[in-house]
Amino acid sequence: MDAAMLKEIGEIVVRMLIIFTAVFTGVGYMTLVERRVSAWMQDRLGPNRVGPQGLLQPLADGLKHLMKEDVTPPGAHRMVFILAPIMVLIPAVLSFAVIPIAGDAINLQDLGLPWDWQIKPFIADVSVGLLILLGLASLEVYGVVLAGWSSGSKYPAMGALRSTAQMISYELALGLAILPVVLTTGSLRLQTIAEAQAGTWFGFVPHWNVFIHPFGFLFLLISIFAENKRLPFDLPEAEPELVAGYHTEYSAMKFVMFYMTEYSAMIANAALMVTLFFGGWQVPGLVLPQPWMFLVQAGAFAAKTFFFLFLFVWVRWTLPRFRYDQLMNLGWKVLLELAFINLLVVAMLVAAGVM
Amino acid sequence: MFRTQEMEINMGPQHPSTHGVLRLKLRLDGERVVDSWPVIGYLHRGIEKLSESKEFIKITPFTDRMDYVCAMSGNLAYLGAVEKLCGIKVPEKAAYIRVIMVELNRIASHLLWLGTHALDIGAMSIFLYGFREREMILDLFEAYCGARLTYNAFRISGVPADLPPGWKEECTGFLKLFRQRHREYEQILTANRIWLKRTKDVGYMDAEHCLALSVTGPVLRAAGVARDLRKDEPYAIYDQLDFDIPVDDGCDTYARYIVRMAEMLQSVHMVEQCLEKMPSEGPLMGMKGRRMKPRKDEEIYFAIEGPRGEQGVYLISDGTDRPYRCKFRNSSFANLQALAPMVQGGLVADVVAIIGTLDIVLGDSDR
Repeated sequence: MDAAMLKEIGEIVVRMLIIFTAVFTGVGYMTLVERRVSAWMQDRLGPNRVGPQGLLQPLADGLKHLMKEDVTPPGAHRMVFILAPIMVLIPAVLSFAVIPIAGDAINLQDLGLPWDWQIKPFIADVSVGLLILLGLASLEVYGVVLAGWSSGSKYPAMGALRSTAQMISYELALGLAILPVVLTTGSLRLQTIAEAQAGTWFGFVPHWNVFIHPFGFLFLLISIFAENKRLPFDLPEAEPELVAGYHTEYSAMKFVMFYMTEYSAMIANAALMVTLFFGGWQVPGLVLPQPWMFLVQAGAFAAKTFFFLFLFVWVRWTLPRFRYDQLMNLGWKVLLELAFINLLVVAMLVAAGVM
Repeated sequence: MFRTQEMEINMGPQHPSTHGVLRLKLRLDGERVVDSWPVIGYLHRGIEKLSESKEFIKITPFTDRMDYVCAMSGNLAYLGAVEKLCGIKVPEKAAYIRVIMVELNRIASHLLWLGTHALDIGAMSIFLYGFREREMILDLFEAYCGARLTYNAFRISGVPADLPPGWKEECTGFLKLFRQRHREYEQILTANRIWLKRTKDVGYMDAEHCLALSVTGPVLRAAGVARDLRKDEPYAIYDQLDFDIPVDDGCDTYARYIVRMAEMLQSVHMVEQCLEKMPSEGPLMGMKGRRMKPRKDEEIYFAIEGPRGEQGVYLISDGTDRPYRCKFRNSSFANLQALAPMVQGGLVADVVAIIGTLDIVLGDSDR
């Protein structure tokens, strides 16, 4: 193995380490954030016993679930029952591979480390990154429907049916809400889309897509709530009706996998929204020498993503839940049409050379 | 033609939104409810039979355990019946204290309903807001009688104790705070689009059907019938109080929400009046000694307006200090009859909304 190859492998490994460590820490701590924020909204304390301010709670939870008994119900299809949580988790985590977290690559030597490795701000530089993201999002449906079916129980089956219908319906609106951005940017590569949002108007309004496509952003936000199965669209796991939806029968680490999926999909979708509509890692008007630039941009990206995660949590603990037929009506009869009209208008403006 | 296979599903007795141990067998066509059979009796304790072997005074604690969400009303209904049977007069001050407790308990009961009903529909935070205020009422009860759920706070012919010092001020403070908090609940739900979508035209039942099924309480009043025993057949000191009966003619879940929300404010108004008008001095018990001597072969029926509807007690005496027959007419049991016709043709999500809107307590219906 020659040095060049070793260097390349090293670069990839460091990239993966950075991003996946960030993601899994984020997933763990999102559960804590959700519980603490909801507690704060509801006038209670929330988990604050394990570590200072409950900061070690995610670790304690993980340990607890590792030691729990892993029950496979007698009516379950064993093989699929075990595969299903893996099948939902992998696409959710994989989608982070194409999301850029900063502008330019950083050299490890700039950080005072001995290796002369260029660390790119994403794991995979794919020219159709957006398509991959959408594709991975739709793959998640398989895991969900198989989990519900293989449990061999009625409530999970109903939850799985609901979530399949919901995810497939809202994926259409989601895709149509994103397309205007692709039209004006002319690229499916996420880094290009983020770079295209550099600069400002009149010196203070950042050149972000949300100001160009406000409707597109609104539709994307709504579809992401539905796609993530978060309240007000959390019908698949509406606990007053279906107990826990498609993962009712799961326990121990398999159950944790569904939770990790939920939160990593949430983070991925928040990151997607930030990249497409809020300039990604862009901090308007900021110029710094290299190691700082990278770190500040990554920090800005994380902060913007966290804002949307907070929005998810905020909405969840405030609103009531839609009913299944109302959700379908909203998806097919309202959102899809509006997103389509939005796309048509943008397409005409682009064709006319206005945008 | 396409035909979907109907699925039979068992909701409860262990289910997050059947409010206790109601078991509901549902036949579903996809998400639509084709048929439903409520199965009750999981909490049956034989209270009526048990009562036949107890002295009148020893039955009072049972009434706490029937409708444990509004035990004060249960106490009052039973004691009112015994007092009517034996011709005992309750001193005015005791009657005032009873009404204060019962109306506060009505607020607590409606708060529990609001919280669980909203939780079933998905609004989780309001559940904890409701419990926060209910907790303050329970603290007031604890200060008065020492118990927080099964109060057993009244005695035959009166109440055992005066309000403790400082209680009045605390209660006034709570009522003031509660008016504020009530506005907060309304802000969260009353005009919320999703809440409207989930409750409007859900669980429709008009006055005719309500009366045919002997449904009472807020469910009946939300169908446009101004039936309230506090006004129609005043007991205790309700005839001295100034209050309205909230009525709505929406006949649906939203109308019931509006009626119950308005009832809470009416109760606040009543407690305020009671605290003001209550005589500061006077006897608390109308009877000395503890022997009941009802006339032989006397039958009486006495009912009060509980938070869930008409809470009635039917007593037959045989001249001894035990009832020959003690029958409780509990509102949850009667109102539960409305469940099956209401969920017919609705969606699964409507079922939990309807269970919530009927505000049933299974301890009450099973006895």
